[in-house]
Amino acid sequence: MKVSSGEFKGNARKQLADAALQSNLRRFGGGFADRRRDALVKVDDFESLRDRAASIRAEVLENLDYWLLKFEAEAQRRGTQVHWAETGAEANQILLNIARQAGVQRVVKSKSMVSEESGLNDVLTEAGMTVTETDLGEYILQLAGEPPSHIIAPAIHKSRDEVSDLFVKHHGTPRTDDIPALCEEARGQLRPHFLAADMGVSGGNFLIAETGSVTIVTNEGNGRMVTTLPRVHVAMTGIEKVLPTLEDLSAILRVLPRSATGQDITNYVSILTGIRDDGAMDGPQENHVILVDNGRSQLLGSDLHDALRCIRCGACMNHCPVYQNIGGHAYGWVYPGPIGAILTPAYLGLDKALDLPQASTLCAACEVVCPVRIPLPELMRVLREQELTQGLRPWHERLSIRLWRWLALHPRLYAFAARWGTRALRWLAGKDRLLHRLPGLDGWTEGRDMPAPQGETFRDQWRRKQSADRKIIPIRVGSSQSKKTAGLEK
Amino acid sequence: MSARDRILERVHSRLKRPTPVSVTRPERTQAPMARPVTNVLQDFIARAESLQSTTDHVADLNAVPAAVAQYLQARGLPRKSVIWPSLKALDWFSCGLTAEARPPVSEDRLGITETFCGIAETGTLLLHSGVDHFSTTSLLPETHIAVLPVDRIVERMEQAFALMQSELGQLPRATNFISGPSRTADIEQTIVIGAHGPRRVHIILVG
Repeated sequence: MKVSSGEFKGNARKQLADAALQSNLRRFGGGFADRRRDALVKVDDFESLRDRAASIRAEVLENLDYWLLKFEAEAQRRGTQVHWAETGAEANQILLNIARQAGVQRVVKSKSMVSEESGLNDVLTEAGMTVTETDLGEYILQLAGEPPSHIIAPAIHKSRDEVSDLFVKHHGTPRTDDIPALCEEARGQLRPHFLAADMGVSGGNFLIAETGSVTIVTNEGNGRMVTTLPRVHVAMTGIEKVLPTLEDLSAILRVLPRSATGQDITNYVSILTGIRDDGAMDGPQENHVILVDNGRSQLLGSDLHDALRCIRCGACMNHCPVYQNIGGHAYGWVYPGPIGAILTPAYLGLDKALDLPQASTLCAACEVVCPVRIPLPELMRVLREQELTQGLRPWHERLSIRLWRWLALHPRLYAFAARWGTRALRWLAGKDRLLHRLPGLDGWTEGRDMPAPQGETFRDQWRRKQSADRKIIPIRVGSSQSKKTAGLEK
Repeated sequence: MSARDRILERVHSRLKRPTPVSVTRPERTQAPMARPVTNVLQDFIARAESLQSTTDHVADLNAVPAAVAQYLQARGLPRKSVIWPSLKALDWFSCGLTAEARPPVSEDRLGITETFCGIAETGTLLLHSGVDHFSTTSLLPETHIAVLPVDRIVERMEQAFALMQSELGQLPRATNFISGPSRTADIEQTIVIGAHGPRRVHIILVG
């Protein structure tokens, strides 16, 4: 997928100015959070389910190579061919070779975020094959020629009117803005594609090491079609997706759908193991799994290690105030929201996504909802620190931090600057006490006003309080700025 | 060196140890259920229905065709079905139903299957593929009717896996957990029942 994470600020500005998008985000953005909450009300002790899920994912990463090898051996024993790809491009090439060898013309896909990473569709199309996305959201976006804006609801930024326009244009059918009718139309359009396809490409929510299986978690049923009807099935997934046992899968499935869509369980959980049984009437005759690294192994043992626990539920973006305002496209790559703000720089390089770790208020809503307890705000802080120490922040930002540091080390000067600074801001703000522009910080004031500081500085208030308190009871203060109080105590 | 070797090399060097030849997993107690099950049958029914499945309960297997006929009658659905061969012995004909024991084609509108087991925790059906267990019967037709003996309902997913292990030895090609009719919320977050798979899932409990 084309990367535009480097232009985050410009992208975000565009999204904020897009009235249609803003209205769509307002109307549909909150739904996931409400549904998750409603699902959790029914659960006895979600925290212990999260603990279990987090501990399983953390344990897997500690022995990732062991579990991958176990998965490989079991999958091969059942007749699945296992491939390894270091990059997205390599994964595409492997898939292309499989398709060519099997004489594939028509490919149907269920959702695979890794194939978004690698830009698979373009490669297959250029090789002369037809590729059809069959997840409704992905299908809409394929018609629109857009990338997904959310990992589980790819077309969440589109309204029914926009979908209607696309369907009229591409299907040549009469216009309807009835949502069930639109879904029905997509069902009718896509059914022949499922039946005619030679190859199905899916992602893999989980790989099960003890059985050599690929697990996919879906609602629409397209995932089942894609992995059942065509004669070749290829699952493309990340190396971190492995789980040791089916028991571990059971525990993880208690948190994934609840965190994602607020469902107790998704409509379909399909565990796919090997190839069509002898004498069976359905199922692929050829089954492949492509294990894609694409930057993941570099995170192991690093400060960002814990991000690899992610099970792609989307709860972090569903609860992120920044994501809710700018939508997924602003993040400029496959994974938006808080997890994207970590994975994008981690996989692609910090210099390619400088502003993503900054695109957060560090309010920590993401950490609170993460089903595998990834410390997302902490990881963003780590990346911010790396940006600074690697000299990747712009010169004026580094200069202002240095200035502040110098000032903070000179308390008297700091107090002086704070006192006169607040006065100046108050004067600039005028009667309505709001700053509509801040010299040098136009980006900040463009979308909002800054309230002028009210009253005295903290230091002034502190000093006044101390002199008042001294007359009543002495209080214990250990700092060097309160020699008088300290003296009194002695 | 292959991509495989380079990836594995990177994994073990990043984790600062050689690739383990065996792994001792930490002792864990049985994972807690999200929603405890107090009555296996009642909880199964309540939770399946909350996922928009419908249920019926008959005394024995021979009563299934009449229950199917009644269900179709009430909804004005056609009385032609494709079934799993294991259900062939039932008397469909005298209930006015046609039942063909073959894999469905896309035009078939009703598929009837057996069920490996039910899971009470979530109201879920577990079906698996096999020579006589066509996966498509529960997928292509717009209505899926599943026959489930009540003594085949377990509390939790782990027990379903244990049952598969003891009865089948290894996982079949496809193990499908089915929890209600297919659905999507991809347009404006509005839930629509009947995406690519069945629009109706009807569970006939037996026993």
